[in-house]
Amino acid sequence: MTDSFVHPYIPNTAPATKQAMLDAVGAASIEEFYADVPAELRLGRALELPAPLVAEQDLARHVRGLLAKNRSTDERLSFLGHGTYHHYVPAVVDEVINRSEFLTAYAGEPYEDHGRFQALFQYQSLMAELLAMDVVNVPTYDGYQATATGLAMAGRITGRRRVLVVSDVLPAKHSKVLDFVRVHLDLEIVPTVNGTADVAGLASRLGDDVAAVWVETPSVTGAVEASLAAIADAAHAVGAILVVGTDPIGYGVLTPPAEQGADIVCGDIQSLGLHQWYGGAHGGFIAVADDPTFIMEMPSRLFGLATTDVPGEVGFGDVAYERTSFALREEGKEWVGTAAALWGIAAGVYLALMGPQGMRELGELLLARTRYAQQRLAAIPGVVLGDDALHLREFTIDVSGAGLTAAGVVEALRRDGIEPGVPLDAHTLAVCVTELTSQADIDRLAAAIGALAEASTATTTQETRA
Amino acid sequence: MSLPLAPKPAVRRFHQASWDEPVIFELSTPGERGVLVTPIEPGVRDAVGDVVAQLPAGLRRAAPPALPEMGQQRVLKHYLRLSQENLGADFNVDIGQGTCTMKYSPKINDQLIGVPQLTAMHPLQDPADAQGVLEITWNLERMLAEISGMAEVSLHTQGGSAAIWANIAMIRAYHEANGEGAERREVITTIFSHPSNAAAAKAAGYEIITIHPDAEGYPDLAALKAALSPRTAAIMVTNPEDTGIYNPAIKQWVDAAHEVGALASYDQANANGILGITRARDAGFDVCHFNLHKTFSTPHACGGPGAGANAVSEALAPFLPGPRVVRDVAADGSVCFDVQEAGPLSIGAVAPFHGVVPNIVRAYSWIMALGAEGLLAAAEIAVLNNNYLLKRVLEIPGASAPYAEGRRRIEQVRYSWQELFEDTGISSEEIGIRLSDFGMHYWTSHHPYVVPQPFTLEPTESYSMAEIDEYVGALAEVAREARETPEVVRTAPHNQTVHHTHHDDLDDPERWAITWRAYRRKYPSTGSGRRFGEGASAAVGLAESAA
Repeated sequence: MTDSFVHPYIPNTAPATKQAMLDAVGAASIEEFYADVPAELRLGRALELPAPLVAEQDLARHVRGLLAKNRSTDERLSFLGHGTYHHYVPAVVDEVINRSEFLTAYAGEPYEDHGRFQALFQYQSLMAELLAMDVVNVPTYDGYQATATGLAMAGRITGRRRVLVVSDVLPAKHSKVLDFVRVHLDLEIVPTVNGTADVAGLASRLGDDVAAVWVETPSVTGAVEASLAAIADAAHAVGAILVVGTDPIGYGVLTPPAEQGADIVCGDIQSLGLHQWYGGAHGGFIAVADDPTFIMEMPSRLFGLATTDVPGEVGFGDVAYERTSFALREEGKEWVGTAAALWGIAAGVYLALMGPQGMRELGELLLARTRYAQQRLAAIPGVVLGDDALHLREFTIDVSGAGLTAAGVVEALRRDGIEPGVPLDAHTLAVCVTELTSQADIDRLAAAIGALAEASTATTTQETRA
Repeated sequence: MSLPLAPKPAVRRFHQASWDEPVIFELSTPGERGVLVTPIEPGVRDAVGDVVAQLPAGLRRAAPPALPEMGQQRVLKHYLRLSQENLGADFNVDIGQGTCTMKYSPKINDQLIGVPQLTAMHPLQDPADAQGVLEITWNLERMLAEISGMAEVSLHTQGGSAAIWANIAMIRAYHEANGEGAERREVITTIFSHPSNAAAAKAAGYEIITIHPDAEGYPDLAALKAALSPRTAAIMVTNPEDTGIYNPAIKQWVDAAHEVGALASYDQANANGILGITRARDAGFDVCHFNLHKTFSTPHACGGPGAGANAVSEALAPFLPGPRVVRDVAADGSVCFDVQEAGPLSIGAVAPFHGVVPNIVRAYSWIMALGAEGLLAAAEIAVLNNNYLLKRVLEIPGASAPYAEGRRRIEQVRYSWQELFEDTGISSEEIGIRLSDFGMHYWTSHHPYVVPQPFTLEPTESYSMAEIDEYVGALAEVAREARETPEVVRTAPHNQTVHHTHHDDLDDPERWAITWRAYRRKYPSTGSGRRFGEGASAAVGLAESAA
């Protein structure tokens, strides 16, 4: 750096201070501190980076200018889901997680960071009520990781390798899980029937070498698994563990998997008070019973209640810290590190605001809007629903009967400012509705796809886009 | 007393906020609402009927979740009080969490990411509608490629340890693609590299070999050479290590790994002192990662989200996670950014979509605020601050900096209170708890404690000389107390939200309470159930209020 370089983020670039500090340590120049870096490894030139915008106003103008090139789902009508969901984020959630005390904290002790420990203990506790399970972790990275770890836990607990996958899984999630567990586990897909698990097919493949049965509910197509209790019984009969990947958004009205026999329930908390952030705001939860066999296989931190020297005071601390890689390096369970704690605090605030009534009403609204959207789209000649299962928030339509392709629908509707959904294959479109897609929005989508279908069947020569 | 004011004492008179805030379930009042849900439209209800009543009995939740019922401001007030009981980096001289680079997270960057053009973006939108975020992502990848010397960068992972996992997953895929997956079963790391290198490699199926330092504290090249073999998949090392010592033989380490066909993976969690000084690829590394929440200023967020950046050589580029952001230049010279699915050799997805986008934008903004000269200044001042701090800490009786005596350190130092402990019986952990009474955070070190009674300080570039002096002053005061009034240290904390906490509540499966639900089950307020803390009056208070 040159002597004249002074930057607001780097106070000791002030020339007099810099000199005073060099004098204090008896160094002629900063160069002395790098004596251990061999000359052959020194870069010896300036990094080639864009010219900086050192005045804050210039930086702000530049970055705002780039972001202004985006057209968000506030400007487009979005029916996109497929892993990231467009739910309303109450203002209080953002107010809390933008507090500097939370945003800039990291790893303080339960004394100076009591608030962080309590907020995350409460997150664990609020999720536990929603999921009807006694133990929930401090969030891991995302629902992909949570499910990968849940399956890996099942492998460690049973000492077995086979995992039977009985639901349709988001392909990227399947990819992540497979690469994470493939040294320890073999994933076998049991094809679904009409959107949900083939219980008879599962039964024929179960044996005492099965570590886990993996259910996703809602599945990648939004199908809610209706046979969970039967799947649980079948898995438990051979000593296998039932791992359920889920989105917690529906459990104000739907029976939580634990009450149907799930042993490990895991998934993503993005739906609970986190913005879409271009897919960049995910956190993973893992829930189990208060059973050391399961708890001691969890890699994440777990915060628990503790007494203190003062009667009546509530303290917090790490439960069973000796499980973790912080304590044991490679002998710990997987690893623990910086993951998604602030998103956990956000989800906790969200659940506290929603309360039992809010989660019930939201669950009902999502079921009703989903059903309504299914009815409206299935009423279009040539468009049929992908299956007959109960759906929450997402469902699929097959547009081939209307002479359309999924990609063609997407391309055409984007011209009208509508993101109609995610193509799953040539003719299947996954459509997502939330509390932010109103009846009028759904009607607009149905009218747009209906018009396309009509034009397609009226003009048989119309090009169908692959 | 009258003016003039008395001068401030040398050590800050601090007390953390203490609201005595109940656990949130105790604040519930039946019927209160925190936020309302938009109603189901009559037209929708007419069309679909009562969807809850239509649910099969097995799918209809029998009893509502026992979430608290609270008015909106009460929820807000509760959480704001908790926030006050938390010591963020914006409040203290946060140099006590060495290895974690607790630098200033500029406020402007928090403002920039808060606009709907980022918060309300869906990752599967038309790329034509996402040109801004894609351009920022692509640009940050190129900046980090230049800073590391690597060919390609991925920003998908959510933290440093997740990035370490991606490193070893790519290494594993590389050896498998070359038909050597079955033979190469070992990963070599060093004891002063972050524990997640060992832990993630183990999770990927590898056996771990850990190299200890030589007598001077430098990574032991002879020990490495003895450990390397055709079974070695990779070396995974930090440099400078957590001691702040730069391995001058790092090139020989990498060369030795390559000689047996192994890859070299560089954990650049400690890169803050070497930005613009030396680069991973120039030392021959095949893969490395940065922590954007350390070196590139994104906030630590109570433990995430952070963000990881994986940088690789050309040979490893096909193995990067997908999808990738690509930049297309049309015939007319116009530039367009797009999203491309992962290729056949890719390890696939390591996380949803494109990574922690808010932190990608923050890190981009930080680099744009500094430029090449600013990054170099950050590194150089971080190193100046560290060597200044080292000199000042060594002036405290009982403190030492084992290894490499008389030599300079890079960006942090692993210190020891062993001498003070021998003199007083006061441990490093006890010193840390007492230091919090002066409004300072302090951390011992990663396990195992190879350096006895350790503590690791990293002043980064963000703290002024006066703040570093203040921190050292508080450390010296606690060391003085350890000698003169050890009971004050032993019974700390005194000025915190809560007092000394009993860890035996946390390690016994019969007693631990990981959620409020489990607590109420284990410690019922009536009947013959156990009482929390085995009869301590604290337990009675908790149990009664839960009724």
